[in-house]
Amino acid sequence: MSSEKKPLEKVCLICAKGSLEDVYASLVMANGAVMEGIETKVFFTFFGLDGITKKAMNHLHTATTGNPAMRMPGGIPFPTMLGGLPGIESAVSSMMRKQMEALDMPPVDEFLEMITAGGGEIYACKLAVDMFKLKKEDLSDEVSDIITIGEFYEMCDGDRTQIIFT
Amino acid sequence: MAVKTIAGVQVNLTEEGYLEDMNQWSEEIAKEIAKEIGIELTPKHFEVLNYLREKTIAKENLTIRGVGKSGIVDIKELYVLFPKGPLKFSSKIAGIPKPTSCI
Repeated sequence: MSSEKKPLEKVCLICAKGSLEDVYASLVMANGAVMEGIETKVFFTFFGLDGITKKAMNHLHTATTGNPAMRMPGGIPFPTMLGGLPGIESAVSSMMRKQMEALDMPPVDEFLEMITAGGGEIYACKLAVDMFKLKKEDLSDEVSDIITIGEFYEMCDGDRTQIIFT
Repeated sequence: MAVKTIAGVQVNLTEEGYLEDMNQWSEEIAKEIAKEIGIELTPKHFEVLNYLREKTIAKENLTIRGVGKSGIVDIKELYVLFPKGPLKFSSKIAGIPKPTSCI
């Protein structure tokens, strides 16, 4: 045995952006932490709220303009002009969701259920909820509460806690 | 690699305690490994373990989502059976390699 390991005990994630990849990055990290037995809390704020809003969460888009990493099938760079045409972003996003499903990545609503099934907790930011004029019933049933950032920080106590902002 | 005697049988373990060869597995070995983790195995546990072993033999990728859709347990029940390690601990007890899935 080498030196004593000090494993992570708590992971607190903040998801502030609403694109497909930003929300999934948060969800994969949250679910991964729960699976490792790490206490997990996720705070959705600003456009990230789309990830927990019933109407939007299963139809998230990835940006087809302003995204230099975007490629066509076969790896050819995706022309920015093409990305701006009507319907392209929607089509590309739906294709991406299909590819993710093939890797057993669940749709957002199911992913949230997986996280809470293991004891992870999901929160919505009060300021952002007020700003977008949302109500508790507009949000996924997996959301525990609408709270302030101060209340979220209070939950992030402990020596072996990490806050991750995506 | 380490050689260890579990339930009276000599088995080869990886550094993290997973069985090197899933054919060395038996229900007795499973019970011993589970005890070390702090889990008392029930018939429901064995249903999950056998499912994981079958999928491993079939070379299918294991995810908790897959187990949740197996019809044996849902994901919440899986966490109850194998607290803090639904895939990690269940794989270790099932005698299969450490899971490589992120989901």
